[in-house]
Amino acid sequence: MAMAGEKGRGRWFVIAVPYLWLLALFLAPFLIVFKISLSQDVVAQPPYAPTLDLAQGWAGFTEFLSGLSFANYGYVLDFSNEFLEAYGSSLIIASISTVLLLLVGYPIAYAMARAPRSIQPTLLMLVILPFWTSFLIRVYAWIGILSQEGLLNQALLALGVIDTPLEILNTNLAVYIGIVYSYLPFMVLPLYAALEKLDLTLLEAAADLGCPPAKAFWTITFPLSLPGVAAGALLCFIPAVGEFVIPDLLGGSDTLMIGKSLWTEFTVNRSWTVSSAVAVLLLLVLVIPIVVYQNIQQRELEAGK
Amino acid sequence: MAADKARKETIGAVRRSFAPWTDPTKTPLIRFENVVKRFGDFTAVDHVSLDIYEREFFALLGPSGCGKTTLMRMLAGFEEPTEGRLTLAGEDLAGVPPYRRPVNMMFQSYALFPHMNVEANIAFGLKQDKMGKGEIDARVEEMLKLVKLEKFAKRKPHQLSGGQRQRVALARSLAKRPKVLLLDEPLGALDKKLREETQFELMDLQMDLGMTFLIVTHDQEEAMTVADRIAVMNNGVLVQVAPPSVIYEQPASRYVADFIGEVNLIEGTITQASHDETRISSPVTRFPLVVAQTVACKAGDTACIAIRPEKLRIALEPPADPSENLFEGEIWDIGYLGDLSIYHVELACGQRIKVSQPNLSRMVARPISWDDKVWVTFAPHAGVVLT
Repeated sequence: MAMAGEKGRGRWFVIAVPYLWLLALFLAPFLIVFKISLSQDVVAQPPYAPTLDLAQGWAGFTEFLSGLSFANYGYVLDFSNEFLEAYGSSLIIASISTVLLLLVGYPIAYAMARAPRSIQPTLLMLVILPFWTSFLIRVYAWIGILSQEGLLNQALLALGVIDTPLEILNTNLAVYIGIVYSYLPFMVLPLYAALEKLDLTLLEAAADLGCPPAKAFWTITFPLSLPGVAAGALLCFIPAVGEFVIPDLLGGSDTLMIGKSLWTEFTVNRSWTVSSAVAVLLLLVLVIPIVVYQNIQQRELEAGK
Repeated sequence: MAADKARKETIGAVRRSFAPWTDPTKTPLIRFENVVKRFGDFTAVDHVSLDIYEREFFALLGPSGCGKTTLMRMLAGFEEPTEGRLTLAGEDLAGVPPYRRPVNMMFQSYALFPHMNVEANIAFGLKQDKMGKGEIDARVEEMLKLVKLEKFAKRKPHQLSGGQRQRVALARSLAKRPKVLLLDEPLGALDKKLREETQFELMDLQMDLGMTFLIVTHDQEEAMTVADRIAVMNNGVLVQVAPPSVIYEQPASRYVADFIGEVNLIEGTITQASHDETRISSPVTRFPLVVAQTVACKAGDTACIAIRPEKLRIALEPPADPSENLFEGEIWDIGYLGDLSIYHVELACGQRIKVSQPNLSRMVARPISWDDKVWVTFAPHAGVVLT
């Protein structure tokens, strides 16, 4: 019995650690942000009201509750303000980026999975290598490449491909380039994992049954790599929706993304409450793909049994 | 019942007289002509020439790494011969990709498409041929019936047992009615009992469909059971190609004799090599040994007699028949298997030989037991001289 008790406590402890972690570092901050989103801006410290005053007891608590409202959500969801447009534009930019990432990442992952076993660890390393440099520095480097006098324009001019420098920096194109470049490893790694475990005798079987290689790719390889496609797409799509640094550094003034709107609301307009409401709504938008992803994973786990 | 009997008679008639390899007017369906396959420095298949005839059930038998699978994969088109020629129905297969070859393969791992159900797996090959939907459905149904999986048409491979998967793989490879069906260790993953049943089903299926089957196996019993002819391979070379009974009773070399079944090898020197009879003296027995066989050797050459355990007889008394070959020995060990007993007999020189005897009656007045002094005999036509 004593043994069982100890075992039970040990198990409880192991399970509790990640839950406490989530509670302290995710749920508690989220509740604070959510509370702020229900408050009103005031010129004070902190810059929102009401605040809970425990010294006043129950009366203080009811007064605190009556001070909360969803007014900020109404403001954010009002068509005359640019937030809805920014959400829409973010989702579109993130979707297009994800498709581009898939188009670029799939051939890379496929080539890696088909490369000789001995060089696969090296290739994997090369994919991860950019992470060793700061993300911010890598995005800044793209300014140097894409600007009017940048490396790309100079090279194209020297080669005689173009007469006048291309205007890439501070456009949506630069944002796509930035996102595809920065998120590529998140796309390549899950795709590689899915393609690498593909049983090559399945392709032999397809060929044996009269299926030429190109058709076998679409009927065998691609369908069997779909879990990797889903994982890669969500790993890229979710952070891309809320992306701030890339549109801020590479995008133009007309590049509308929700991360940028949130930043402006918080730092320029100094409205903690509206920016909190934007953040909570963004989370709601992203919960949908996360739930879809978990569903897919669950199905894959069950299929694997 | 009447249908069964009629079928049995036709099959019996075909099986009794089927030997196209002895008929010089027949053209083989598959021809390997001096085929060599090298992987870097390693020679997997070394100058193999082999003819396989239509409707034959042909087995490639050998230990793992002997080149039998490579030989089959060259026929399927997954490997190209380094040297030599490979023809199917007169057509040179060089440069023909696997998806254009009229052969289908059943893979050792079955290689069923995990994202397709049983029906879609079987229909896969048919769809590649641009066959009409109605025709495909009819053929799939026929195949499902053939392998008795009608109820499992909508299941995915991971929802099937090993035996069922094996049947789906078989149905899929048969669906296109290939000229040749290649079977790569098809029964390796099944348990013994199911394997034996399936062996007989495969034979009947091959007979009914009138197809040519080429099976690769390392299981000699399986090869002996199903095949019309067996090619024994070792180190990339064909060691012997013959029907099962010839492989067993007249092995071409010590390797074949030892690889197929149990064998006792008695080394000696030829004392007399005459027509129909070879006399050998061996240090293992003080009596001369006689084998009813003509050999291309002369007196003084060394040779060895291969004799199967079941062709030896064991007794406590010396035999009455003076023509029998004779060994004296002592029982070293006995293995009682129920249907038969295996006796390990130590001869005077120290060599041990195996003798197996069927246990014909339930009670024996004086059974042979440990440390008994025994006489082991064999008839002149029971052994084979290998040089």
